[in-house]
Amino acid sequence: MISLEINGKQHSVDVEPDVPLLWVIREHLRLTGTKFGCGIGMCGSCTVHVDGKAERSCQIPVGQAQGKKITTIEEVGSTPAGAAVQKAWVIEDVPQCGYCQSGQIMAAAALLSRTPKPTDAEIDDNLSGNLCRCGTYQRIRNAVQTASRTMRKGGKP
Amino acid sequence: MTRIFNLSRRAFLKTSAFVGCGLILGTHIDWTWAEEEAKSQPASLEPNAFIHIAPDETVTIMVNHSEMGQGVYTSLPMLINEELDADWKKIRVESAPVAAVYNHTAFGMQMTGGSTSVWSEYDRLRKVGAAARQMLIAAAAAEWKADEKACHARKGKVFHTSGKSLTYGQLAEKAAALPVPRDVKLKDTPAFKLIGRPTRRLDSPEKVNGAAKFGLDVFLPGMLTAVVARPPTFGAKVKSVDTEKAKSVRGVKDVVQVPSGVAVLASDFWQARTGREALKIEWDMGPNAELSTAGMKEQYAQLSKKPGKAAKKTGDLEAGFASAAKTISAEYTVPYLAHATMEPMNCTVDLRPDSCEIWAGTQFQTVDRNNAAAISGLKPEQVKINTMFLGGGFGRRANPASDFVSEAVHAAKAAKTPVKVIWTREDDTRGGYYRPMWYDSISAGLDKSGNPVAWKHTIVGQSIVAGTPFEKVLLKDGIDHTSVEGAADIPYAIPNILVDLHSPSVGVPVLWWRSVGHSHTAFVVESFIDELAHAAKKDPFEFRKGLLAKHPRHLGVLTLAAEKAGWGRPLPKGMGRGIAVHESFGSYVAQVAEVSVNKNGELRVHRVISAVDCGRTVNPQTINAQMESATVFGLSAALHGAITLKDGMVEQSNFHDYPILRLNEMPKVIVHIVKSKEKPGGIGEPGVPPIGPAVANAVFSVLGVRVRQLPMKPETILEAAKGT
Repeated sequence: MISLEINGKQHSVDVEPDVPLLWVIREHLRLTGTKFGCGIGMCGSCTVHVDGKAERSCQIPVGQAQGKKITTIEEVGSTPAGAAVQKAWVIEDVPQCGYCQSGQIMAAAALLSRTPKPTDAEIDDNLSGNLCRCGTYQRIRNAVQTASRTMRKGGKP
Repeated sequence: MTRIFNLSRRAFLKTSAFVGCGLILGTHIDWTWAEEEAKSQPASLEPNAFIHIAPDETVTIMVNHSEMGQGVYTSLPMLINEELDADWKKIRVESAPVAAVYNHTAFGMQMTGGSTSVWSEYDRLRKVGAAARQMLIAAAAAEWKADEKACHARKGKVFHTSGKSLTYGQLAEKAAALPVPRDVKLKDTPAFKLIGRPTRRLDSPEKVNGAAKFGLDVFLPGMLTAVVARPPTFGAKVKSVDTEKAKSVRGVKDVVQVPSGVAVLASDFWQARTGREALKIEWDMGPNAELSTAGMKEQYAQLSKKPGKAAKKTGDLEAGFASAAKTISAEYTVPYLAHATMEPMNCTVDLRPDSCEIWAGTQFQTVDRNNAAAISGLKPEQVKINTMFLGGGFGRRANPASDFVSEAVHAAKAAKTPVKVIWTREDDTRGGYYRPMWYDSISAGLDKSGNPVAWKHTIVGQSIVAGTPFEKVLLKDGIDHTSVEGAADIPYAIPNILVDLHSPSVGVPVLWWRSVGHSHTAFVVESFIDELAHAAKKDPFEFRKGLLAKHPRHLGVLTLAAEKAGWGRPLPKGMGRGIAVHESFGSYVAQVAEVSVNKNGELRVHRVISAVDCGRTVNPQTINAQMESATVFGLSAALHGAITLKDGMVEQSNFHDYPILRLNEMPKVIVHIVKSKEKPGGIGEPGVPPIGPAVANAVFSVLGVRVRQLPMKPETILEAAKGT
């Protein structure tokens, strides 16, 4: 049995320790907002927060996730950065098909919680690992800046 | 939820003003079964085909086109609500089930593709909304025993001149019992409150918190997850399979053979995947085991020297070339491309003795339903399709063979249990259905003043529609319309033209890929026109302008893009500008790309200025988003994309060797929309074709190097530089 702390709740799941965290989150805990895109850590669709850092859940064997605090897209809105990012994403009309956006938002929220006023270069550095086939990149850049302003104004867009 | 509408079939047909005037295909696809289905429809339809109004004032719009990012879950409700006048904040969207009433108004089947959703529904959905509003007004008038003329509707309420009002939720049930008005009066364009106004997407809230459900997010009780070992080469067959080891993997419940390979079914994905790795399969590699793209390119080059089937012939080509002062010739090639939707293919099927329920992100509901019926031995009406959000479509999920759906039905049939088939990224990249590889041989003659007097364009590449049910309509006199679109109809004033086509049969599965034939023809035509401009020692913008006098909409976007980009103004050293213009799917797009190239051949696109004329606009916000999206999609192909074959096998597998554009490569994209009163055109695809040639033309302006092969990888640019 593997014990996990996800979104502030304790879970135990009966899986092998080498199963990627992504599939445990999606199929065993049915938190389907975290997406499967490539399985090799190249697209960022599966991004979650592990102890506050953006990580590729397809690259983390679930055994290694024990004892860590994991946050998924379903709960990231309860953090100031996550809430600001979600709000900015709606205002800037970012999503198209939406499939990659959970990962984009997780990456952006992790960046803003660490760097509340990122430069354009910092946005590029931190989000270029997240692919978007619909090409929403320009709006993502704008929305990160919008979220940053929102956070600095105490959450009001 | 009170169902309020019962529009008669006749009323619906009457509203289908676009039937028979397919804008892109130029034809109405009449599949035999589509006709039969239409005949078998009862005189009146299910109530409430498009609009449900609940007592709590929630208005649910059943949207009959798939949402794959292009914004139809917002733009189509806008069409309805422009006339319905419900409170926009109360609008909700559901995906429509499969039924004839939801058929595409031009294609006679339920589907999404060809950048047609908005124009094909522009009249029908407004009429649906207007009929609904009139019925709600009639219900209120009856309630008040008042004249309908003394009532009007606004923001979800019907008002009487006396000031009293009733809400749509209060009126819905009574309105439902009223006859559907025979004549509906639509608003005049100037009265539009919603159409033409930038409107935020309705689906964003659920796409930012993980709630939106895609095909991959479906779970059924008792469902098994399957991964399929598919042939390593196209057309290979299983010779023998040893399943023993796979069956001993924890969680693996069954291994079944399906026409596409061997399916391993397990309690979850990881177990199924582990089981698949433990399979021992001997393949009969089949007829395509020798295929290589290098070999095909040689074969195509040979073919291009021979006359093909004429797709366009005007004037006297020989006389044209004979009169030319200068002749320019070139060869262009573009590779196979994968759609690479972010959500890999998947499908969930619950097959019972008398029903088959399917959950999938699909663009081809009617086709999928009929294929599923044929496989399961059920009647089409026993098959139910739940259209989920699509994690990208780009044509991949509109497959005449329904490959990813058919396979899941086969697996469910063989395993006798509900099944979700999941494709890995590697499966998806190698699983076929690519944009065809093309080889073009092109030459033109210029007269003494530099005017083109002859144009000969020979195209070599696979037909997408050959061997599919679309063949009957789209393959005419041996010419697949999609192979030559954008080439056989070039707008430039050239008196003598021959465009001919070779369609070799190659065993690689091909399919429409965002902008279809235009994705290739625009690159060749717009690059070569640029070559002619330089050969004529003319400015590429002015040269095009001079040849487009009879095409005001081309001219309009070309001039607008050039103006907004500051065409002719100097750029910093090391930077160059390129321009391209192309019409596709009823819309006109011109783009100016500003690029730099370093000494290693590394190309950077800094800024793209686009002008689009897509006729009357519905949601400018969507138009901007789709132009940005198309630019990125086209740039991924222009800079990175190539699927290659060696020994019959696809050499790429995942995003490390089939890269798509990343955020740090994203240029600034500026979009200008032409104000127009023309009928609406498409917007999902028309931004894709011109970006590749705009960038290639910009590379020429900065380096003096002509890149005639995609993708423009650094080594390709350096190679081209050697040849220049």
